[in-house]
Amino acid sequence: MDDYIIQLIDVHKSFGAQRVLRGLNLNIPRGRTTVIIGGSGSGKSVMLKHMIGLIRPDQGQVLVDGQNLTVMNDRQLNQVRTRFGMLFQDAALFDSMNVLDNVSFPLSEHTKKPAAEIHQVVAEKLRLVGLPGVEAKMPNELSGGMRKRVGLARAIALEPEIILFDEPTTGLDPLMSDAINRLIMGTQAELGVTSVVISHDIEGAYKIAHNVAMLYQGRIIAQGSPDQIQANPDEVVQQFIHGRAEGPIEVI
Amino acid sequence: MGWTRPFELVGRGFLRVLDEAGELLLLLVQTALWLIRPPFRFRVLFKQMEFVGVKSINVVILTGAFTGGVFALQSYHGFSLFGAESLVGSTVALALTRELGPVLTSLMVTGRAGSAMAAELGTMRVTEQIDALYVMAVNPVQYLVLPRIVASIFMLPLLTIIADFVGIVGGYVVGVGLLGINSGIFIAKIVEYVEFSDISMGLIKASFFGLIMALVGCYKGFYTTGGAAGVGRSTTQAVVLASVMILGFDYVLTAIMF
Repeated sequence: MDDYIIQLIDVHKSFGAQRVLRGLNLNIPRGRTTVIIGGSGSGKSVMLKHMIGLIRPDQGQVLVDGQNLTVMNDRQLNQVRTRFGMLFQDAALFDSMNVLDNVSFPLSEHTKKPAAEIHQVVAEKLRLVGLPGVEAKMPNELSGGMRKRVGLARAIALEPEIILFDEPTTGLDPLMSDAINRLIMGTQAELGVTSVVISHDIEGAYKIAHNVAMLYQGRIIAQGSPDQIQANPDEVVQQFIHGRAEGPIEVI
Repeated sequence: MGWTRPFELVGRGFLRVLDEAGELLLLLVQTALWLIRPPFRFRVLFKQMEFVGVKSINVVILTGAFTGGVFALQSYHGFSLFGAESLVGSTVALALTRELGPVLTSLMVTGRAGSAMAAELGTMRVTEQIDALYVMAVNPVQYLVLPRIVASIFMLPLLTIIADFVGIVGGYVVGVGLLGINSGIFIAKIVEYVEFSDISMGLIKASFFGLIMALVGCYKGFYTTGGAAGVGRSTTQAVVLASVMILGFDYVLTAIMF
């Protein structure tokens, strides 16, 4: 059996009358980067939030190392969550705190390290994301790309085993996107983490992914290495990866 | 079929009120449970006490001073009709300590701090900062809601003491300074008629209003949906609902306590 760190089994989730996930099955291999592609509004973020217990499924199971998140209480869930880091779409930095307090937040919450040591870790993480010395800045003084990088520094502050990325390159210029992609590859290679990345950026996906999965109409319709995905005969997959408006996916 | 429509509307409105009341109570219960569970965040609590309390002092002083002043002016007008001007001081003092101090302070602080709570938590919700707290294994009710509620419960009575005092001074300035009531009589009548229980009951009410203000502000903020427009809506609803609840509970509490 393959080594999967996260497994979604037959997950269903509706919001009101809108059925977002309809029997989704997905396995995330340990220590690899998996990129989930799919159209806007196809439920990628919803799926990602299931993996960390922010959303509970209406039906189905979410397993992290074989433990079922869907039946856990708050305390157990928090224990599992300390193994995760997450980069939100707009970084979700606490805008009442400066960069130092943002990045040190998980450290001061979950470790007993003295302040001096925490400052050192923060400085190191900020250097890792290419933003040394910005500790005193407030989030609103940073550009979108910088905020995402600070968000990444915060996500890796506790050296998590699993990092979830919600559209890390959306809304960034090509150079910044490339820088973020390199950071994802770099942290993966350096820390050996499992990464799950949501993206519309097909080129970026080919570059960073060991494993690509496509979400369409609430299910995973294709999964494999970037080469396998490109060779996938499914018309929906082909239409999406080549960005064509005509095809089985109704665009407008 | 048309004739059932009004009933449907009434029923749906009633259900929504029940729904909201239930959610408010649930949030209160969750907060109460976190009160006894570590970690205790004194720094965050003190920051909220500063925000709700210290930074509201100016607006409370202004409110108290003008309320006391105008109350002296109005009651002087009434009492002078039958020569009872000497009672202006005690009337002002009783009205302030029992009623106007706690209620006006709470309404002013609701406009200032309750709205800010809804706006801040609402913004944190729509920008996923609340989700980020969950992801970092920190419970947002414990981190955000609890300190705001506790701070408000403590600070509103303190602010009310200021409002009571400044209001009586305002009444004194108008009554003695402008209208020529004898200073000794003004003060003697206050001492004679105002009981300690008048003050303490007013302070208990204020603390209860603090709970209402913070609970409603946090509740509306915490469950915000719909981006910037949603934050605006939550803020407005928080101020309206909290103010109405303060006025409603004021009647109930007064009927029970006095």
